[in-house]
Amino acid sequence: MPTVHFTDAEGAVRDVQGNVGDSVMETAVRNGVPGIVAECGGSLSCATCHVFVREDCVSQLPPMEDMEDEMLYGTAVDREDNSRLSCQLRLTDGLELFVTTPETQV
Amino acid sequence: MGTHTAEQAAGATNGPATVPTRTGLLIIGASQSGVQLAVSLRALGFGEHITLLGDEDHRPYQRPALSKEFLQGTVESESLIFRSNDYWAEHNVDLVKGEHIVRIDKEADGSGVAHASSGREFPFRRLALTVGARARKLEIDGGDLDGVLYLRNADDALALKARVGDATDVVVIGGGFIGLEAASSLQKMGKNVTVLEFGPRLVGRAVGEETAEYFLQAHRSRGLDIRLNTSAARFSAADDGKAVAAVELQDGTVLPAQIVLIGIGVIPNTQLAEQLGLDVDNGVVVDRFALASDGTTVAVGDVANMPNPVPGSEPGERIRLESVNNAIEHAKVAAYSLTGRREEYAGIPWFWSNQADLKLQIAGLCNGYDQTVLRYDEERGKFSVLYYRRGQVIAADCVNAPLDFMAVKNALAKGQNIPADAAADPATQLKTITTDS
Ligand SMILES: Cc1cc2nc3c(=O)[nH]c(=O)nc-3n(C[C@H](O)[C@H](O)[C@H](O)COP(=O)(O)OP(=O)(O)OC[C@H]3O[C@@H](n4cnc5c(N)ncnc54)[C@H](O)[C@@H]3O)c2cc1C
Ligand code: FES
Repeated sequence: MPTVHFTDAEGAVRDVQGNVGDSVMETAVRNGVPGIVAECGGSLSCATCHVFVREDCVSQLPPMEDMEDEMLYGTAVDREDNSRLSCQLRLTDGLELFVTTPETQV
Repeated sequence: MGTHTAEQAAGATNGPATVPTRTGLLIIGASQSGVQLAVSLRALGFGEHITLLGDEDHRPYQRPALSKEFLQGTVESESLIFRSNDYWAEHNVDLVKGEHIVRIDKEADGSGVAHASSGREFPFRRLALTVGARARKLEIDGGDLDGVLYLRNADDALALKARVGDATDVVVIGGGFIGLEAASSLQKMGKNVTVLEFGPRLVGRAVGEETAEYFLQAHRSRGLDIRLNTSAARFSAADDGKAVAAVELQDGTVLPAQIVLIGIGVIPNTQLAEQLGLDVDNGVVVDRFALASDGTTVAVGDVANMPNPVPGSEPGERIRLESVNNAIEHAKVAAYSLTGRREEYAGIPWFWSNQADLKLQIAGLCNGYDQTVLRYDEERGKFSVLYYRRGQVIAADCVNAPLDFMAVKNALAKGQNIPADAAADPATQLKTITTDS
């Protein structure tokens, strides 16, 4: 099962197992990981599902589309090079993903 | 009514000892607002038991996809579920499905018992009404034929999906958000779709004139047949006398339709509030802290008529919003109220609607604007309208223009302005001209 390790802004870690095909955002929200808000439920409209992806995991992820790129300019905590919107990241077989959630999403 | 008075009398004469223990919070309505209220209460450390009760047979789910991805079959129903069962169990929230509350007995202290149509009773110490709204029905001849459908909940969406395979022609009645989203989805699925709008423009008053006109042109250029100032006179049946086969317009035109989808707005579910004697006026009337007129019951989301929360709005102005963002923010206000704190609505109302490749994002509320600025980048398919009141930006409609949306939303949240003259050039990034007003 793919696993996502969520670290919050204070450093607390939560490991959540997810299903192949689900997004990182869905995996977080369904299990109540507090650092992800995801108001729009994954339709790329809210930018409240922002995560920082650990550098060595970045290459495992699909490249971002223009819309995601533009939305990332409006996140509550400013974007970094390793920023992604977690609703756009799908879990694949065997994926081990390490992400940090920002201090705030809204 | 008999049991109502009998029970009140018993409570009054025999004292609290004979009244069943009324503990915990009962949330009636297990959707966007009810779910958020339960989640926010636990986040705030609310220690009492919570019952999250709804009359649908599904686990609480997100509605927006019903007219979009779910209808098109690009997301699974499982993806729409808000929280896992484990989450509710771990957070001591009792999720009750399929129970429709028909009557509530409530004491002056806010506690009481809710009665379901099944006969089950749900005692409570505090009550939350998150009962939302229902689809407004179109009462014309043939309105109860098979295939005349609405789209408010998952069962409606499943009924629509079940019919879509066999249909060639669909008539959508109502050119609002849900009608246009569903029309775009059905068109994408290969259906021959006609949209009938009773009014002179699309999307009513939720957006300004320019945005409505932009959507009209954009949809028409994508092949959607939209007829303004047009209403249906009756629906006629196929030979079997049961299924809808055509829509007859006021002018006598007949449009074939194996599906008629009606999206002409919603009516807030105020029946329980009325029975409780709460103030009701286009929804349950609540104060800035989501409290109804009894001072103890909270009402949240689509069902609530609240003071306009936007900074700078006219004093006394009231509003009932129908959006995910409002359900979430309003639920947070109510969660504070229920834990004895007083916090006003935070954040700027926002909304989204996806129609074909048109991605609309709205920041703020454009009510009472006196000036608009249009930003149109035809080549890149980006379109925004900024709304101003007395020189201050108050809202924006943005189509495929997330940078504009984000800039306006952030400016509003920080109480900043985006001067109108500088905003008019679509090549200028709004973020760079935002000023502290
Ligand atoms: C097809 C569709 C698309 C949408 N798209 C968007 C969008 O893109 N963006 C956006 O921001 N918003 C969208 N919305 C609006 C958004 O979904 C609503 O604003 C939101 O669901 C409101 O949440 P609520 O909990 O207040 O009410 P509701 O979602 O209406 O929930 C109320 C619940 O209470 C239950 N209930 C009512 N009476 C009783 C009773 N007596 N006993 C027990 N249960 C009861 C109802 O069955 C329902 O489950 C859309 C809505 C629909 C229908
Ligand atoms: S959940 Fe809204 S953009 Fe990701």
